[in-house]
Amino acid sequence: MKICVLVKQVPDKNDEINLNEDKLSVNDSNFNLTTNESDNYAVEEALLMKEKFNAEVVICSFGKESSVQVIKDALSKGADRGFLIENDLDKEYDILNISKIIKNCLEEEKFDIILSGLQSDDQGNGQLGVLMAEHLNMSHGSLVMETNLDVESKSIKVKRELENGWFQWSNLALPASLTIQSGINKPRYASLRGIMMMKKKPIKNIKLSELQSNINDFTEIKELYVPQKTKETKKIEGSDDEIADQLYNVLKNELGLI
Amino acid sequence: MKILVFIQVDDNQINRMSLETLACAQHVSNDVSAITFNNEAANELAKYQLNEVLLVNHEDLNSYNPLRYAKVLEQMIDNYDNFLFAHTYETRDWVPRLSARLDLPFISDCIGLASDNESILVTRQSYQGKINNDLKINSKSFISIQSGCFKSDSIKPGSSSISNVDVDLSDIPNTITAEEKFKEQKGGVDLAAADLIVSVGRGIAKEENIPMAEELSDLLNAEVGSSRPIVDYGWLSHDRQIGSSGQVVSPKLYFSLGVSGAIQHQVGMKGSDKIIAINKDSNAPIFEIADYAIVGDLLEIVPKLINKLKE
Repeated sequence: MKICVLVKQVPDKNDEINLNEDKLSVNDSNFNLTTNESDNYAVEEALLMKEKFNAEVVICSFGKESSVQVIKDALSKGADRGFLIENDLDKEYDILNISKIIKNCLEEEKFDIILSGLQSDDQGNGQLGVLMAEHLNMSHGSLVMETNLDVESKSIKVKRELENGWFQWSNLALPASLTIQSGINKPRYASLRGIMMMKKKPIKNIKLSELQSNINDFTEIKELYVPQKTKETKKIEGSDDEIADQLYNVLKNELGLI
Repeated sequence: MKILVFIQVDDNQINRMSLETLACAQHVSNDVSAITFNNEAANELAKYQLNEVLLVNHEDLNSYNPLRYAKVLEQMIDNYDNFLFAHTYETRDWVPRLSARLDLPFISDCIGLASDNESILVTRQSYQGKINNDLKINSKSFISIQSGCFKSDSIKPGSSSISNVDVDLSDIPNTITAEEKFKEQKGGVDLAAADLIVSVGRGIAKEENIPMAEELSDLLNAEVGSSRPIVDYGWLSHDRQIGSSGQVVSPKLYFSLGVSGAIQHQVGMKGSDKIIAINKDSNAPIFEIADYAIVGDLLEIVPKLINKLKE
């Protein structure tokens, strides 16, 4: 059983996002980079499968050189080896082009299962897992909340989250690509021993500049900007006591709720 | 520009977001058609000003399957310039397959759409709603529209004809089969019916602080809601969650405590009459839609407010 987890390095949720002067890209020089939240749950789900079914877990990331860190973090938790597809070209790509690049790198591995977080906290396309399923001729399940792998019958049963509190079980034939919803498990922390062992684990570095890829410029960024406020917002400021007093006043007199 | 809008039908009802998407399409083009797999939905759609309503009647389409759905739209690809979808979980599950199969882009979760000399311009958000991106699309494309960005009551009425379309659904592998859908919590909280909601986000910091929010909620006669992480941590039950994967609410007051207001959360609450937001991070997206903004430490402010309310 070979499992691949696609992980992405993203800025911390609390990072301020500033634009470059060209207004065509964000200034990433002061980001506190971290593993995309739902990808952590995907890594954990793969490690649980590894423990139960003796699977090999391979971590793959597409991104700048710094992305090697999110691979190392997953290897420290117990994954076996890593793949960094390093974007060493000064260009950003849309998700369809990225999926094709990843496909070219992963195709020959013939994974039984690909796991990924349901969407990234930066671009938020929420498509990669399903794109990979189509590229690699796999079944897929999105927004997965529980998995039951049956190695014998080469299938996996997944509980999917639908909208408005509905759920559904789906049976997927392997190979399958699953996008993992946060909350599916409790992601572990790396142990000191895990961190020591990580240093001996192989990470293959593939540079985008050395890859044959057929990039299509499907979309063109015209402008990035901070969303315009549509509402007038009243700021409540002061000491904590003053704020509490003003809030009380708003609730009582402006909104008439007390 | 020829646009085809896919109409999602849930439990025999046209999905509200699909109607919003139809309104969006009419807003940018005079040549809009709709496609549905449901008879009743087709009859409803015929009351709108559309080029035509495509009805695909096939027993294999009575329940959702991503591979079959993708196969149908694949057979429509040559006839339209752009394909619009509501940005629902279902759309997210199957439309990327079309994108990969046909090597055409899927621009997901758009909040705005405009056309400019035969090319299409979209706006989508990134970095959890902190940045807007205006994009020009250079090819035939699939586009999904975020909930609440267009009003379904702005759809232009009219009368359009229904065309039955045959599709070939043979040769689809049986690799994905779904069971009946179900709800987990019976008799859960109906937040949609609440007049006041005190909503808890990551900024509450610890599970031990949840009772503080509950106390404030009790004093205001409100219900407690939450953002996704709080449910993921197990601090509140799933039926308390507000957002794209939880409930959609529009109370008179939405009082948010430490909710950052990521897109997925805003989708579920931006229709609230009044929004009060307390957050440490002055750049939190929740402040973009708040009526009252407090940049500060909720763990200090809320206990003081509770004392005032008790007096």
